[in-house]
Amino acid sequence: MRSGNIVIRNGRVIDPSQAIDEIADLVIEDGKIAAIGSRVVDGTGAAKSGKLRSGAEVLEIDATGKILCPGLVDMHVHLREPGNEDEETIASGSAAAVAGGFTSIACMPNTMPAIDNEAVVEFVLRQAGRAGLCNVYPVGAITKGREGKELAEMGQMVRAGAVAFSDDGRGVANPNTMLRAMQYARMFDKLLIQHCEDPDLAGDGCMNAGLTATRLGLPGIPALAEEVMLQRDILLAETTGAAYHAAHISTAGAVELVRRAKQRGIRVTAEVCPHHLLLTEEAVADFDTNYKMNPPLRRQADVDACRVGVADGTIDCLVTDHAPHGADEKAFDFQAAPFGIVGLEIALPLFAQALVHAGLISWPQLVERMSTIPAQLLGIKKGTLRGGEDGDVTIIDPAETWVITPDRFCSRSRNTPFGSQKVTGRVTQTIVGGHVKFDVSSGVNYASDAMATMMVA
Amino acid sequence: MTPGRPVQQPHNAAASARATQRESMVWPHRNLLTLEELSADEINLILETAEAFEDVSTRSVKKVPALRGRVVVNLFFEDSTRTRTSFTLAAQRLSADVIDFTAKTSSLSKGESLRDTVRNIEAMGIDVIVSRHPAAGANHLIARNVKCCVINAGDGRHEHPTQGLLDIYTMRKAKGRIDGLKVAIVGDVGNSRVARSNLHGLLKLGAQVTMVGPTTMVPRVFEKMGATVEHDFDAVIGEFDVINMLRIQTERLGSNVFPSLNEYTRLFGLTNDRMKLAKPDVLVMHPGPINRGVEMSGDVADGANSVILEQVTNGLAVRMAVMFLCTQALGAGS
Repeated sequence: MRSGNIVIRNGRVIDPSQAIDEIADLVIEDGKIAAIGSRVVDGTGAAKSGKLRSGAEVLEIDATGKILCPGLVDMHVHLREPGNEDEETIASGSAAAVAGGFTSIACMPNTMPAIDNEAVVEFVLRQAGRAGLCNVYPVGAITKGREGKELAEMGQMVRAGAVAFSDDGRGVANPNTMLRAMQYARMFDKLLIQHCEDPDLAGDGCMNAGLTATRLGLPGIPALAEEVMLQRDILLAETTGAAYHAAHISTAGAVELVRRAKQRGIRVTAEVCPHHLLLTEEAVADFDTNYKMNPPLRRQADVDACRVGVADGTIDCLVTDHAPHGADEKAFDFQAAPFGIVGLEIALPLFAQALVHAGLISWPQLVERMSTIPAQLLGIKKGTLRGGEDGDVTIIDPAETWVITPDRFCSRSRNTPFGSQKVTGRVTQTIVGGHVKFDVSSGVNYASDAMATMMVA
Repeated sequence: MTPGRPVQQPHNAAASARATQRESMVWPHRNLLTLEELSADEINLILETAEAFEDVSTRSVKKVPALRGRVVVNLFFEDSTRTRTSFTLAAQRLSADVIDFTAKTSSLSKGESLRDTVRNIEAMGIDVIVSRHPAAGANHLIARNVKCCVINAGDGRHEHPTQGLLDIYTMRKAKGRIDGLKVAIVGDVGNSRVARSNLHGLLKLGAQVTMVGPTTMVPRVFEKMGATVEHDFDAVIGEFDVINMLRIQTERLGSNVFPSLNEYTRLFGLTNDRMKLAKPDVLVMHPGPINRGVEMSGDVADGANSVILEQVTNGLAVRMAVMFLCTQALGAGS
């Protein structure tokens, strides 16, 4: 097992990068994808002997009835290290990731201090290596301290391993700063990920501006706050040719803006979170802070538009915006409580519910949007089962129904509105670099000696 | 006493016949957080109970023993003199012990959480928390964390249920009914908890409510909550039986919801000239404190149509009724 050799038998192998969707076996040898096919196991003689042709030890997994796909990639995660390790560490976030089927995650730079220079990028990678659970790709800040003023040292961060840039948690409000960032980032061909929210329009809002906010007397964040900045950025992206990615879009208007921009050939991509595909602003009615996130929950029409956007490809990929917060902070009153909910450990069944069970997309399309496409957007060699690539594989039981139990999360935080909810579709094993890092029957495998093979961007 | 038992009416002669019509009515609420969540019957029960308490204030000994041995704490996270004084007097007239707890919100978000604060207070053996907080929903949070009664004395822009009740009580007393009344609420409705509580209570009792003010203060979304929205006060002022003027928060001038106090007064102030367009018997109300010369002229505030001071007086009886009813639901054991 330690040698990174695994044979997974008789699963539904889905690899959108090669247009594969068939019942087959998959062999991982020495941590890399070795072969896919209906006869590979028999051919190697591994079925009975427990050894590969080379004679090496091999772990066998029976995946009958299960989906076998390239490891899931979440390009929008908040780990709270450095700065708020009581809420999440890189290690606990990595554990949550593999428990949710994610073999690679990109972490946002709104830590304390921010990931805005090469030293912090290196720190994150080092901590991820120590944790030894999944691949962690740092997203560097666009501006120093995420203050929206001076550009951060993008070039040095790229060299240290940053895969994209964002001031996530807030948008870059100054249009000239954003213009410069786009011009500068083109040099490295890295994605600029924008948290689209005009700060003046959003004001002190804490939920969607609309009937529920009016009823509750809570200050609102209008859809316009998201759409005004997105539209501005689309114009800037058109001018600069930069690769622009709209984070966690949530409104029908935003979906339409991205759709039109793509039709005009502008390099714009977008992502959406599970809660924006499943919940509406009315959920806030009881002032429950587990329904407070940014962007806020919108109207049913927005939920519907986001779902259609995923189905027709306007929204390229699916992310969690995993945002851990302590119970004490979330126990503040609604206006004072922080934005954000955790999502890594429950994203797969939630997306399946909103999109696959709802008949909008197929399992291969879900895998594409949760693995292949985000890997391509980040420019990382993941999201594929091609021979020779890293043996990152997620095994999913698409039929298992289970109950979300936040107390059992590997994350250090429990802030989710989906607790006690019954969902269908469960990650049963997560394999990273040929090593089983999560098995639903035994939990997360914290033994970290195997991460020598871990890719560092 | 156990929660949910039929309400025991206060023992005095003024317990009206109308109250007995509702004698089988059960008061189930330990808290008063909003008028939105109350039924018309429940609102009427409060009004009738208040009626029964009204004469306590005119006696030589201004006390009844209904809350003897109970402890009421005024927990105010936002400055208020009038509301707090009214609650204090109301509790004292019910023979409760009253203490004041004034807190700075800034210390809450940083240090001690609201939850800890109220649990500490409850641990001292409190029966009723009367709370005002600048954040909408904060009093719901308090209620979820304590077992005693929680009475919302204003939470951000959300609700101020006892103000809504005393306004409705005053209208009913002056006009003899609420059903069919045409009521205008004028001013910064979007930011007003008084407006929301009035709206919910009045609609449940059958009144028609019109929100009047500039488009920036009176968004159309209030139509979805059952109100009519108007931006031309002169065009509609003649329709109303009651005009409830909201206080203009002058500190909101910088946020561009209106260009100047002068323009606001010209368009929406209840000036002497504009009063001539109103019904002769229109009831003029204001939750106080008044900016004389801004939302209404001094003449109008002091004029024959004004019931502004009656509102204050009625506030005592209404708050007595609310504390009396909620503590009934509390039960004797806690």
